[in-house]
Amino acid sequence: MQEVRRVISVIVMNESSVLAWVSGLFAGRGYNIESLTVAPIPRGNLSRITIVTKGSNRVIEQITKQLNKLVSTLKVIEHEEMVEKEMVLIKFSNQENISDIQALSSAYNGGIVNVGEGVIIVMAADESKRIENFIAATHRYNPIEVVRGGIVAIER
Amino acid sequence: MKMSGAQMVCEALIAEGVKTVFGYPGGAIMNVYDEIYKQKSFEHILTRHEQAAVHAADGYARATGEVGVAMVTSGPGFTNAVTGLATAYMDSIPLIVISGQVPLSLIGTDAFQEIDAVGISRPCTKHNYLVDDIANLPRILKEAFFIAKSGRPGPVLIDIPKDITAEIGDFVYPKEVNIPTYKPSYKGNDRQIKKAAEAIIAAKKPLLYLGGGVVLSNAGDEIRKLAQLTQIPAVETLMARGVMGDTNPLFIGMLGMHGSYASNMAMSETDLIISLGARFDDRVTGKLSEFARYADIIHVDIDPANIGKLVDVDYPIVGDINKVVAKLINFLQGEVKPDRYQAWREMLARYNELHPLSYQDSDDILKPQWVIERIGKLVGEDAIITSDVGQHQMWAAQFYPFDRPRQWINSGGLGTMGFGFPAALGAKRGCPDKVVINITGDGSILMNIQELVTASEYKIPVINVILNNHYLGMVRQWQTFFYDKRYSETDLSHQPDFVALAKACGGIGYNVTTKAEFDEALKDAMEKNQVCLMNVAVSRLENVLPMVPSGGALYNMLLEYKD
Repeated sequence: MQEVRRVISVIVMNESSVLAWVSGLFAGRGYNIESLTVAPIPRGNLSRITIVTKGSNRVIEQITKQLNKLVSTLKVIEHEEMVEKEMVLIKFSNQENISDIQALSSAYNGGIVNVGEGVIIVMAADESKRIENFIAATHRYNPIEVVRGGIVAIER
Repeated sequence: MKMSGAQMVCEALIAEGVKTVFGYPGGAIMNVYDEIYKQKSFEHILTRHEQAAVHAADGYARATGEVGVAMVTSGPGFTNAVTGLATAYMDSIPLIVISGQVPLSLIGTDAFQEIDAVGISRPCTKHNYLVDDIANLPRILKEAFFIAKSGRPGPVLIDIPKDITAEIGDFVYPKEVNIPTYKPSYKGNDRQIKKAAEAIIAAKKPLLYLGGGVVLSNAGDEIRKLAQLTQIPAVETLMARGVMGDTNPLFIGMLGMHGSYASNMAMSETDLIISLGARFDDRVTGKLSEFARYADIIHVDIDPANIGKLVDVDYPIVGDINKVVAKLINFLQGEVKPDRYQAWREMLARYNELHPLSYQDSDDILKPQWVIERIGKLVGEDAIITSDVGQHQMWAAQFYPFDRPRQWINSGGLGTMGFGFPAALGAKRGCPDKVVINITGDGSILMNIQELVTASEYKIPVINVILNNHYLGMVRQWQTFFYDKRYSETDLSHQPDFVALAKACGGIGYNVTTKAEFDEALKDAMEKNQVCLMNVAVSRLENVLPMVPSGGALYNMLLEYKD
């Protein structure tokens, strides 16, 4: 069966064990997690977990149903019409061509966020596909470290 | 009212109407046991192993339909209970397990008898709690009972640190539960139910496929009404045995790996599966791509995740079986002529005549199937039958004449050896008027044999019938069929003296080798009203048949085995 990529948001009670329930579910039932982010929802006692996963339609349906079944889950949103963004931080030596790097990062909604002794740190925030392109494009400036943030998504 | 956390636990159990708690004390749970000592509202049964305590609570729940309660201490007390939790989880049994935990200040320090109970139990509980504030304890106790018995039932663990059970707090037991994230739906969608009814009316060969959910939702009467009204034949899974009543002419048999020929053929040839509380388990479907190829599927289940998990469903209905079936009956009233499916029924009856469940009886050696039929004849509907796991379990499911739900108690999902005896203790405590017989094997009975002591102390007269073939029989059978008879580690010839063992623990033992001896022993056991082990020597190489080889199509059954 053909595998599809899905972004799923899970609205859960903000409790200590709830992330373990969610990640345990994926591990125990053999589902795949490409990325997972979690943060509290402002005002109230809920958190949003955004998961990017891959699987056949049957598997995706099971994932949403199993997530829904958890006692601490309020709602599962299987995104179709959404805005999704991912952030990346990349560290370069300041011996590289800084103005090129800056121009490149601003093309991906980013810029230089820190200049230290010998290194600069650049961020970009964009769709995952574009973040991948950005990382590939920065390759020739010899990145020292690349940190991706995982996806957050919101319904349109 | 001000009281300690330990008192709160007892007050909650009383408020929930708990009559019996099965458990085993230890350091971290001692505060609660001190309160148990002081009260008279419920009894505590001291099993001799924590696993048995949970199985006993489980057996109690299955026999009575109420929530079973078990109590254990931290660390090894809890880890011993895990098999019990997993067993209940797989069969959706409502259970509360309360475990002690090291004091809050010591959690995470690898303290003596500390283990991450909520972490370990997460995959085998419906929900669990680590109580970190006494202010939450009354609410958690109330929620736990509600979660255990509502929706798709299941076990709930409450892990309570020792300082919380000692602490004094305010106790008001909540009257109602409000968990915004947990709202099981019971009603079933009327439009879907109507569509399902129309599909039933249009079908030529419909089949009721009944699972354990029917038992859990106490829907036996409604199911029988539905079958009676429509004259649609029914097959039962291992977990649903007894729902139709075996003498019901619409009852075809048990289906699955060791199901009857007629049942498996019914499933393979039906044009409409009406699945009620069943979950298309691999032991039922065989090879999925060959399963029920001509059928549309109505799937009624309280758990949406069960629907469409393994097979595509044409009429999904999320709801309580009892309620949905009542609505189906309303839609079908007067819509189905009694002879509508007569040709289909006759065909299935012919299948049953062609290949009935059978065995070759013998005058030289007892056959395990004969023993089960004989118990059925002598005790019949007065009995609750529990079983362990293996050949004896399948023979019991095949040959015992069940006539009601909750009469048959076994670990179908997890397949836990050692379940039968402690479950029987719980069942007997819950239903003291019934004769409780554990049909077991010489492998299984030794896993929890220590409960002979519990049974004799509390005078719980469970009859254990050991179908003793000196083999780990089901594994031996697979070795015979699929491993060229290399009997790797399945010969159990080295055995205890079961009669002496029973006696040593305060029970009665019987060695049985003939039919006459069996009748005599069973009669004696029922009169003496004491826990007993009946060591019944049966033919060693008997196989459970029919058999659908693992991974094979349901219609490809081994009907006989010739050496």
